[in-house]
Amino acid sequence: MQAFDYHPVSTVNEALALLAREGAGARLLNGGTDLLAQLKEGRRSANHVIDIKRIPELSEVRELQDGGIWLGAAVTCRTLSHHAVWRERFPGLHDATHLIGGVQIQGRATVVGNLCNASPAADSIPALIVHRVQVCIAGPSGLRRVPVEGFCTAPGRTVLLPGEVVVALEVPPPPAEFGAAYLRFIPRNEMDIAVAGAAVAVELGGEGSRFQSVRVALGAVGPTPLAVDAIGARLAGRPVAEVSLDEIASLARAAARPISDLRGTLAQRRHLAGVLTVRALRVAIDRARRSVTPPPLSPPL
Amino acid sequence: MPSVPASSSETAAPAWRVVGTRPVRPDGVDKVTGRALYGADLSLPGMLTGRVLRSPLAHARIKKIDTSAARALPGVRAVVTSADLPRAADRIEDLGEGAINLRYLSDNLLAGEKVLYHGHAIAAVAATSASIAEQALALIRVDYEPLAPVMTVTEALKPDAPLLLADLHTDRMGQRDAAPSNVASHLRHERGKLEEGFRKAALIIDRRFRTETVHQGYIEPQAATAQVQADGQVTIWSSTQGIFAVRSQVAEVLGLPVSQIKVVPTEIGGGFGGKISVYLEPLAVLLSRHAGFLPVRLVMSRTEVLTSTGPTSGSDIRIRIGADAEGRLTAMQAELYYEAGAYPGSPVGAAAVVSFAPYACDTMRVDGYDVVVNRPRASAYRAPGGTNVAFAVESVIDELAESLDLDPIEMRLINAVREGDRRPDNLPLSKIGYVECLQALRQSDHYRTPLTGRHRGRGVACGYWGNWGGQSSATAVLNSDGSVGFNVASTDIGGSRASLAMQLAESLGIDYSQVKPRIGDTDSVSYNDVTGGSRTTFATGWAAYELGQKLSAELRQRLALLWEVPVDTVTRQGDGFAAGEKRVGFAEAARLACEDAPLMVSTTVHPKGYGAAFSVQCADVEVDPDTGKVTVLRYTIVQDAGKAVHPSYVEGQMQGGVAQGIGWALNEEYVYNEKGELLNGSLLDYRMPTACDLPMIDTVIVEVPNPGHPYGVRGVGEVNIIPPAGTLANAIHRATGVRLTALPMSPPRVLAALWDKSGYSPFA
Repeated sequence: MQAFDYHPVSTVNEALALLAREGAGARLLNGGTDLLAQLKEGRRSANHVIDIKRIPELSEVRELQDGGIWLGAAVTCRTLSHHAVWRERFPGLHDATHLIGGVQIQGRATVVGNLCNASPAADSIPALIVHRVQVCIAGPSGLRRVPVEGFCTAPGRTVLLPGEVVVALEVPPPPAEFGAAYLRFIPRNEMDIAVAGAAVAVELGGEGSRFQSVRVALGAVGPTPLAVDAIGARLAGRPVAEVSLDEIASLARAAARPISDLRGTLAQRRHLAGVLTVRALRVAIDRARRSVTPPPLSPPL
Repeated sequence: MPSVPASSSETAAPAWRVVGTRPVRPDGVDKVTGRALYGADLSLPGMLTGRVLRSPLAHARIKKIDTSAARALPGVRAVVTSADLPRAADRIEDLGEGAINLRYLSDNLLAGEKVLYHGHAIAAVAATSASIAEQALALIRVDYEPLAPVMTVTEALKPDAPLLLADLHTDRMGQRDAAPSNVASHLRHERGKLEEGFRKAALIIDRRFRTETVHQGYIEPQAATAQVQADGQVTIWSSTQGIFAVRSQVAEVLGLPVSQIKVVPTEIGGGFGGKISVYLEPLAVLLSRHAGFLPVRLVMSRTEVLTSTGPTSGSDIRIRIGADAEGRLTAMQAELYYEAGAYPGSPVGAAAVVSFAPYACDTMRVDGYDVVVNRPRASAYRAPGGTNVAFAVESVIDELAESLDLDPIEMRLINAVREGDRRPDNLPLSKIGYVECLQALRQSDHYRTPLTGRHRGRGVACGYWGNWGGQSSATAVLNSDGSVGFNVASTDIGGSRASLAMQLAESLGIDYSQVKPRIGDTDSVSYNDVTGGSRTTFATGWAAYELGQKLSAELRQRLALLWEVPVDTVTRQGDGFAAGEKRVGFAEAARLACEDAPLMVSTTVHPKGYGAAFSVQCADVEVDPDTGKVTVLRYTIVQDAGKAVHPSYVEGQMQGGVAQGIGWALNEEYVYNEKGELLNGSLLDYRMPTACDLPMIDTVIVEVPNPGHPYGVRGVGEVNIIPPAGTLANAIHRATGVRLTALPMSPPRVLAALWDKSGYSPFA
């Protein structure tokens, strides 16, 4: 592993100043579960590593007055796994953040790190998309906000400009009769990267009988996590009882743009996009109808 | 060969004091508290860190290696390439669990004219730090002439296939082909008239199978440290299955006398056959010698373990079996093509013996082909070659049983081999417990409980493994307090310190706690073959038994002298000795006997009566028809252990073999791209099962004593991995109606098979 200078900063401004000074040779270190592995394997290089975990406000989970959440960039998945509000009100996000890694990885890994690594297979991103999360970015010219679905541009690439830092995620409050779920497929039951993933969020009306709105996002079936608007457009305003699950699966398959690689085949991924979307939709509807009941921990496939 | 005491020769189960109990293992405390020292834990003053440069290409000619920039880097103390290796003899050396041509072994350590697989070692560096060593690797320039990679049997057999080894000619039972080839050898076992046998059949099933390259997956990566002294003496610390195998390989490859080399074992974190061949030790010796006699330590990364150490062969297999209407087999034919990796030496020979060994049939033909491909050189892996062929054979037997409406256990009982029946190579079987295993499974709670539920199925398969004896030595030192120091040189890889100490305690008539086993180095204990072939508890156990007998006899001699009585009047009584009125406990006998002179005995054995092992297994699975994922709901393994010296460790071996077999069957495989680069060289993407992927594996130990061992022991380490793939394939078939003919039976393969049957397409 290459030698580098380590900078534990205590404010966002310090981080921004270092990024400005060191330019392309600098890398932000959050939980490190991606960066350190990439440095060790020579897949990335860094002369300066800027550790943002010690910036106090970035480790905060703020419950906002409107019922939303402000999630600091350095908050770990483990913190969220034990966060009652996160678990009860943001079930799709809870599914995703709970299944990332084992206990040791959970204790280091962050949602923002998972987002910024911009893997097409990132577990958190489809759930962030269906929960309509905004990314708060600090940069040389101040703060800006970007919706999650527009954040990743290609495998490992994002809209972040040189010198910018993601400081937080803003999760809007869930509406009434809201349910969400994230499911992924892995060949084993642990220690694997999603072959395909699907997040679904539903807002029901008419005492759980009608779709107000539906959001669907897929993971690992395209160069970035994909928001599937066609399903939302098809279902909004329709009675739940009239939904054709075959049709939903077919729309999800049509939206998928997978490749074959070492982790799965094109045909398998396209098929799983449909299977997982339907399964996640069912869980999301179920959760919306029992919206006061906390969801179980990440449901097994 | 030592004689067998009468007590073990027949079925009446003798009452042993120690054998069959479950004491704590001597190495247990160190291991659970993290104090045990493994290969990478060794640290010596002045020690340098070594790193190995490995080929990014699967097949290429090396035009030039320029190490000058690496040598010039401050902190670099030595750089070695194949130019530093003496030209190795073109000679076959048997290392236990497989012979190897020393020239190929040498070329595998550091590539000479060609690189033959992605990960093939090219150069090694020793430096004052790991990061300097890594920088030095980046400074070594290698000019390659890339060649087309040959990755599979199919590619290797094409008439115009590129040749890996220009001087390789097919050996056909001693006859050498004129033209060079990628087929190293062709062997055949045959008896009866094959087509006549098939004409007698009411039903013939003829199927082709494919299995992928898999790795042993031991948790501890290879690690070796060497220190060469200015006088030429070499000390090697190694995590290995056989310190004497390391010594002989290093001696041969480097042209050193064995007397100049001492190999010291560390604790070992698994091997399964993969830690017999050397990879790092000769490099560490060369580096230490070139680095001014400083010690050099080399530790592999997980990626290096996967790309560059021996996995076991992928294979193409054809099985054709005929049966009459009653289920009796009339003819059996196998064609086995095993991928040896870059150099000859796949386990196809063992596979040919395993193939039809459980079946009594007078008419069979087995053809085996050893084929070189641009993958790492295959090493032994637990019952080498067995799992591949049993997957194929057991699938066909299951299909026959189902077609003939026979219960799969009944089908096997109808055709089961018994004592005196012959293996495919015509060697007769001695006393075996196969039928007993089949009966035990049939009577098990698992088999008697009906399986219900959708998408579920139950599969059965069996397996044979011949086991091995080999040579062992050991010494026992009697301490004046009656305890016994017990020195062996068999690597303890699965609890053998306990199982050997128990046999010595039993033989000597003392408590297990009074025996203190210790694993010695090559200078302290005489020769031992590797821990492999399921031999250690059997063969080194023979040595332990003999030590007990010898020590007991010597004690009686000395007591007879002291007591001034004829030696034959001194007898064992209770835990001690007596002659007439005189009577002493064991500890007192030891004190008396050692007053005048210390007492030590030693023994060397080469027992040939290793009994064959059989296992019969049953699995219940559930297949998710939407994802193709297979969940193992319940698993039972039945295995004949002869006599389970330490039943807990026998159960552990049984469960371990099944766990590895399930991984092999369901998800493990080497994934290469078209350039021959290994894509999944990590434990993230080389998908071994985790604890979350396995059910409780129930064990049933059958004990049909092996007449070739004083306590009836048979090797238990290997046969358990042979049936799982067939067991699961048969269970998946019963759950889904489709037969998977390729391993691993991973979700995309299961889905594709289900879609073939249903006509579904995800693109519709």
